[in-house]
Formats: sequence, structure tokens, C-alpha cells
Amino acid sequence: MNAPLRKVAISVLVLFTLLIVNVNIIQVVRAQSLRENPRNTRVLTEEYDRERGAIVVAGNEVASSVSTGEALDYLRQYPQGPLYAAVTGYYSVLFGNTGMERAENDVLAGTDDRLALRRLGDILTGRDPSGGNVELTLDPAVQQAAMDGLDGVTGAVVAIDPSTGAILGMASTPTYDPNQLSSHDPAAMRAYADQIQPEAGSGDADPLTNQAIDERYSPGSIFKLVVSAAALSTGDYTPETTVPAPDLYTLPNSSNELENYNGESCNGGADQSLIDALTISCNTAFAELGVTLGEDKLRDMAEAFGIDDEGFDIPLPVSGSTLGEIEDDAALAQSSIGQRDVQLTPLQAAMISAAIANEGELMKPYLVKSIQAPDLSVVDQTDPEEMSTPVSADVADELTRMMTSVVANGTGRKARIDGVQVAGKTGTAEVGTTGDDAAPHTWFTGFAPADDPQIAVAVFIKNGGQSGTEGTGTGGDVSAPIAKAVIQAYLDGQGAGG
Amino acid sequence: MSGPGTDPRAATAGDPTPTRRGTELALLAFAVVITLAAQCIVDLTVTDSLSPELATFGTWFTALWVVAHLVVRRFAPYADPLLLPCVAVLMGLGLTMIHRLDIAGDQLGGNSSGEDAPVQLLWATVGLVLFVAVLVVVRDHRVLARFAYTLALVGLVLLAIPAVLPNSEINGAKLWIRVAGFSIQPGEFAKICLVVFFAAYLVDKRDVLALASRKVVGLELPRGRDLGPVLLAWVASILVLVFERDLGSSLLLFGIFVVMLYVATERASWLVIGVVLFSGGAFVAYQVFGHVRVRVDTWLDPFAYVDTGGYQIVQSLFSLGTGGLFGAGLGGGRPDQVPVAKSDFIASAIGEELGLFGLVAVIVLYLVLVERGLRTSLVVRDGFGKLLAAGLSFAVAWQVFVVLGGVTGLLPLTGLTTPFLAYGGSSLVANFGLVALLVRISDAARRPVAPPPATPPKLTDAPTEVVRP
Repeated sequence: MNAPLRKVAISVLVLFTLLIVNVNIIQVVRAQSLRENPRNTRVLTEEYDRERGAIVVAGNEVASSVSTGEALDYLRQYPQGPLYAAVTGYYSVLFGNTGMERAENDVLAGTDDRLALRRLGDILTGRDPSGGNVELTLDPAVQQAAMDGLDGVTGAVVAIDPSTGAILGMASTPTYDPNQLSSHDPAAMRAYADQIQPEAGSGDADPLTNQAIDERYSPGSIFKLVVSAAALSTGDYTPETTVPAPDLYTLPNSSNELENYNGESCNGGADQSLIDALTISCNTAFAELGVTLGEDKLRDMAEAFGIDDEGFDIPLPVSGSTLGEIEDDAALAQSSIGQRDVQLTPLQAAMISAAIANEGELMKPYLVKSIQAPDLSVVDQTDPEEMSTPVSADVADELTRMMTSVVANGTGRKARIDGVQVAGKTGTAEVGTTGDDAAPHTWFTGFAPADDPQIAVAVFIKNGGQSGTEGTGTGGDVSAPIAKAVIQAYLDGQGAGG
Repeated sequence: MSGPGTDPRAATAGDPTPTRRGTELALLAFAVVITLAAQCIVDLTVTDSLSPELATFGTWFTALWVVAHLVVRRFAPYADPLLLPCVAVLMGLGLTMIHRLDIAGDQLGGNSSGEDAPVQLLWATVGLVLFVAVLVVVRDHRVLARFAYTLALVGLVLLAIPAVLPNSEINGAKLWIRVAGFSIQPGEFAKICLVVFFAAYLVDKRDVLALASRKVVGLELPRGRDLGPVLLAWVASILVLVFERDLGSSLLLFGIFVVMLYVATERASWLVIGVVLFSGGAFVAYQVFGHVRVRVDTWLDPFAYVDTGGYQIVQSLFSLGTGGLFGAGLGGGRPDQVPVAKSDFIASAIGEELGLFGLVAVIVLYLVLVERGLRTSLVVRDGFGKLLAAGLSFAVAWQVFVVLGGVTGLLPLTGLTTPFLAYGGSSLVANFGLVALLVRISDAARRPVAPPPATPPKLTDAPTEVVRP
């Protein structure tokens, strides 16, 4: 009986080897996918078992976790939910994470390598590891002013400290309450999500979209800043150089004619200085100037300002702004006044002003000021980083002078602040021909004070203008006052602070 | 079977054979230390403090193995020194895991709850009593052969009880009986009784079953009338499958019988016949019985039935996958999210918290246990002892394979329990009995051949005399 016994012994070995191989497949090869399977609630409950770090603005927690003692222990709360929703995002059992909750999840969950030492300490002392805090660059006064200004419209405001790239304000409307999407009650969360979702085909904006960075829009006349920068950078132009400013500009190789806003005349058809053309936002002058400069110079300058089709992270993902394909000179002429396929995010619009304000140096925009350990000690902080230098300091000075003129004497008058020189540029982008969507987008981008820039801002309102109604429907009318309020809020705060 | 002349022990009969009891004691001490350390880790991780019950547990658990060791020392001094320590570690790990799931149930309101670890320890004590009783009463395993037919009857009755009694259905299978508040799984005891019967029966008939044969398609098939026993076993296992809806016990019993038949007769044709018969039975069962079809379908694609029949296995896979290579650490995972984690899916709990390394270590422990049993079978001198040791060892191996294969998705899920590890009194007590028998046989196997026994081993029960080479 010994021969079959040996065979049985070997068979048992084979059977057990099969078991071990199979366990290896499950626990090694398939481990990752099993762990991350949405039906596997382990990782989730583990996450909810820990105290997630807070998102902090100027010392106040705008997102924090409180223990409920339930199966999913920690509940995420946003004390000023709608005000910061565009930046914080939500933290949902049902819908996942968005915004900063997603971008800085490793830190907030406590798994980031920068918190590793601390985690080791927690393990040794047997404490439940808790997450690190994320301190934002936002300024509460700026954020509040921005949201107040956008009340009732669809739009975005971005404010940047031009010398560092720190984002002082980022508002997007319509907003939503992240608390409602971060509760532990699936039915209530679903109901709220359905409620805020716009009806299909209604054309209304989705509150969950961050208008400041997710979406791109035709910039209209604010793009003339890029054309001006390209012209001045050639060395052949100064703000006083006169350029043709006809009442009607016939597009090259075409019978189509381009006219000025509302069919107005810039300088009675005569040539006009660059600074005057920008001040009154003369379309024909910049269309022809763009064609004279050529696509290459324009595209190079746009890319230097960051308009290069490539997104980047702040750490929220920003959509890439674009010039689009420019097929011929007719398209180039239209692109030069910010129409056609040119599309910018509101953040990109603010970056143009920020670069000009910072003597031509574009600082990389960022939202995270520092990463803090649970005990509030700073683990890491963001060092300002130069992104590019689109224009020289001299050109930046000339552009500043031109933009100051826009606010002092031109289309941007409604951004004027007593005692503060504001530099800026308005934009009113034609978007369609019929219906509600036909109303133009209104823009304002600028900075202040012009001689010592502390804040650069962009204000965008979707379909905010009124075509053809003089004095009420332009970027200067709709967006400039919001920019003024935002700038004033910040400068007041700075003044009070020191 | 090897004759006395080729027995490896015979040559060393004059030498003083080491008993290896010291090795056993050291390994048992190691097993106890591992268990107590694991218990401490669980308490510290989950509750941040050591529970006072831990002292009671430690004392009790240590006492169990001290008693077991002393009894072996006294009544089976030459027993294999690895059998008991393997059982001790497995049982200790099982108790730790059950304790851990007890706490998880209290703290997190998961699927598990209650105070099952102390109950399991109590059952272990009952098991130890059985272990001691077997060693004290059964001084020579060959005595058991005399009761072969009685044990067969007992085994069949135990097997049939759940099918006959009402209210015995748990989780779709009828393998429990309820006595005075306790659920008892008589199948576990039936298994041992039947293995003893198989061993005695086959040692008697093995020559007949092995001798007469004819060749069909290169395979030596037995005569038609000799197919009787295997057909009977097949019918019995099919009946279990049909009336108790117990795929596991059916597969287990038939598998054990076929392998023992093969060992006894040295004819591979029995294996082929067995596989063909079982495949046929399984195929028909798949076609005819809904519950078998559901089991198989969920086995093939558990994720497609994640909300129904596949829920358990999917949870088990999540548990194992999340554990990964090193595991979440004792008390660090959520094994309580797997249904019936304390019994059917205790291996998943171990895989989740101790990781791949822990689970493979457990599998290897079983492998050591089984291979030591098979080694005993190789060495022991009498045919009945050989078959019995082989049958019992293979029973453990086959059961472990079917259970672990089930919870890891290699095989369809069955209702069998993981020996020594899983929560469940009957399984634990029965397996203590099984190990007692293995210890008894291994003692006989390693005992130096003293003065020739008064009665030759073959005289037990031999109606048919066949000429042997």
C-alpha cells in the first residue's frame, strides 16, 4: 500500500500548492482591483474611521470632520459651504470627492508621504492616525466680495497675488452646498444632487462645474492685451505708435467686414495711437494689428501667458486655454479681438493681468499655502514658482500705462476706485445669434494699485451682457464693478492689517 | 502492503527509539506563546487595553495543551511530535480570530457579535476530553476494526439524522441538528466513523477488489460485482447531496472513500471510476437541482451575483484582496464584513488580517499535519492502521482543500468547516477525536518492535483467504 500512499501524499501537496497559488493570485495579483472595487467598503469605512484633516482659510476651517459615533464615523462639514464650494468640492460616500477634497486627498486622509514621520509616531503611540490640514491661499474678504458680485448670475471671479501667484479668491456661480452632498444619508444626497442638476437642454449651468477653471469661454476684447503685448515686444511699437483704426475692416481675402462694438467709429476712421485704441477697445485697429504681426508672434505671446492648450494643476485641474486653429488671416483678425476659436478660462484671464502686474513675470497660480500636520505644525509650504516671462519689465510698464488709461478714461471706468489707480481691460464676447444664449459674455481683467500691484483679478459673467444696448451690457458695465468690489475688499483688508 | 521484512522500523528495533516528547513540548509551548501574543495584539489594537479575561483564557488554553501533552506522554509516548503542535497553533489562531470578531461585533455592529470565543474554548475542552478518552480507551488502534460495522451503522445514522429531522436547514444545507440549544453537525462525527469502517472493510476485501480485473481501453477495470461497495458509497453520497443539499459532505465522503479504495487496492482504475461516477452525479445534480446550479453559477462568476448568491464569496475575495501581502494586522481589518466570518469564512479573516503570509502559513500547517499523518500511514505496520491513518489524514487534507478552495473561489462554496480553525463545537470535538486516532496510530508506528505481539495483526477479521506473494 505504500506506493499509492506516496502518490496520495504527492497529490495532497499538489492540491495545497493549488490553494497557495490561488491565494497568491487573489492577494497579490488581484489585490489592487479587489481593494478598489466600489463594492468593497473597507477602504471607505477605514477612511471614515479616521479624522480627516481640515481645509483652512485664514485660520478658519472651511471643511472639517466631526465624529458622529456611527458606522461611518466622521462626518464632513463645511461651515460656509456655498461660499467656498468651488474650491473645497465635496467629500461624498456616494459621489466620491471633488475639488480640494480630491486634489489633496492624500494629505487630508493622512496618507501623504510628507506626513509619514507623523504617522509613524501615531503608530508607535497607538493613536488613530488623523489627516493633515490644507491651508489655502484664499482671502475671506476677497472670496465674499466675489461671491456677492456674482449673486444671481452664472460666472466666475479669480483673484491672484501677482507677485507670488497665490490665488486670493476663486468664486464660481451658481454654487451649491457641499454639506448636502457629504452627508451620510444616501437618499438625501441623491435628492439634492437631482435638485441642483440643471434640466437637460435648459442651458443652465451645472453648479458642480467650477466656472473659473473647468470651463473656457471666448475672451473678447481682454485678448487685446495679448495682442498689445506682442506688438510692444517687437520693439516696433510704443503705446503712442499710431495704427490704422478704420470704421470697417475688410477681412483679408474675404468680402466680410469687421465692425466696432455697436458699429461705432474709433477715431473717425483715422489712425489711432495704441493706447487710445485699447482705451476705447477699438476692434478694427486690433484686428488689423494682429494680422500685421502675424500668427506666429501672436501665438508665441499667448503661449508665454499660458494659453497653450495644456492644462495644469493648482492643484485643482485647470482646463487648457487655447487660441484654436487659425486657418487664415481672416481668422487671425477675428482671433486678435478674442473671438473665433480663442477660449480662456477665467483663471487664465487673471493670469494675463497678474503677469503684467508682476513686471512681466508670470507666477504659477496656486491654492495651497501650506500643509499642516494634525497639530498645526507646518509640514510643507508652497514656494512661489515662476511659470514664464511673457513680456519684459518695460513692456509690462507700457501695458500697465495703457490699462490704467482704460480704467481712467475708457471702457473700464466702472472699476475706478477713489485714491487707487486701477489698471484693467474689459471684454464683451459675442457668442451667438439667437435666444438667451446670444447675450455676450462679459469680462474684466485688471490689477491694482497700478504703481504697486497687490491683486490681479478677472471677472467673467456668462451671457451677462446685452447686445446692442449701449451703456448697460458690456464687460465695462457688468464685470468691472465686481472687479472693483473685489479689489477694494482686498486693499481694505490689507490696509487694516498693516 | 510491505511485509514485516521491509518495515523500516524492524531494522531499528534494537535501538532505543527517541520518543521526541521534548520536541513536542517545546513546539506546544511555542504554539501557546504565538496564540497568547496574538490575543494580546488583538486586544491592544481593537480596545487599547488588555481584557481581564485574557488571563483566564491564557491559563485555560495553556492547561489544555499541558494536559494533552501529559496524556500523550503517558499513553502514546512514541506518537508523532508534530501532530499536536500543529493542531495547537491552528486552534489558537482560530480562537484569536473568533475573539477578534467578537469584539468587532460589539464595537462596530458588523455581521458578527457575541461571546463565541469562550464557547469555542469550552468546546475545545470537550474535544480534549474526547482526545484523552480515545487515547486511554483505545490502547491499540486495531481494536477499532472489530467495531467496524457498528461504526458504519452509527456513521450512516449520524449522516441521515439531519435529513430526517425537521428544522435542520441552515444556509440552504441540512447538516445540523439542534439539541438543547446547541447546533450539532453530526456529519463531522459520521466522517470519522465511516473512515474507520472503510479502513476495516477495505483491508478485508482489498485483495478481491485488487485481483480480479479485465482490461478495457488500457484500463484495468474491476469485475462488475466488485463495483458494489464503490457504487454504494456513491449512492450514499448522492443521497446526502439530494436530501441534505450538502455538496461538501457528499464530495468529502466520496473522495475519502475513493482514495482509500485506491490505497487499499493499488489500482488507479478505482480513481478513474470514482471521478467518472462523481462527475456524472454532479452533472445530473447540476441539471436537476436548483441549489447546486446556483452554487456552481456563482462560483464561475461571483461578481455577476454580487447581490444574491455571490455576496459571501465576493466579500471573502474583498477581504483577502484588501489584506494583500502582509495583511491589515490583527484587529486592523474589517473581516466582520464577511458573512459567517467565524465559521465558514474564518480563512478570509486570517487572510485579511495576517495577509498572504499568514494564510499560506496556515495552509502549510495543515500540510504538515496531513503529511505527518500520511507518514504515519507509511510507517505503521498493519494494513488497517495504514488505511485508517491514510483515510483520516486525507480526510483532513480533502476537507481543507474543499473549504479553502471554496472561500478563495477555486471551488464552489460548500458548508464544510475549516478543521480546528472555524467556530463550531461539533467540528472541533470531532477533529480532536480524529487527531487522537492519528496520535494513537503514530505511536504504534514509531514504537520499537518489542517482543512479537501475541496475535498477528491480520487475524482481526478475515473471512476471505487469498494467496499472497
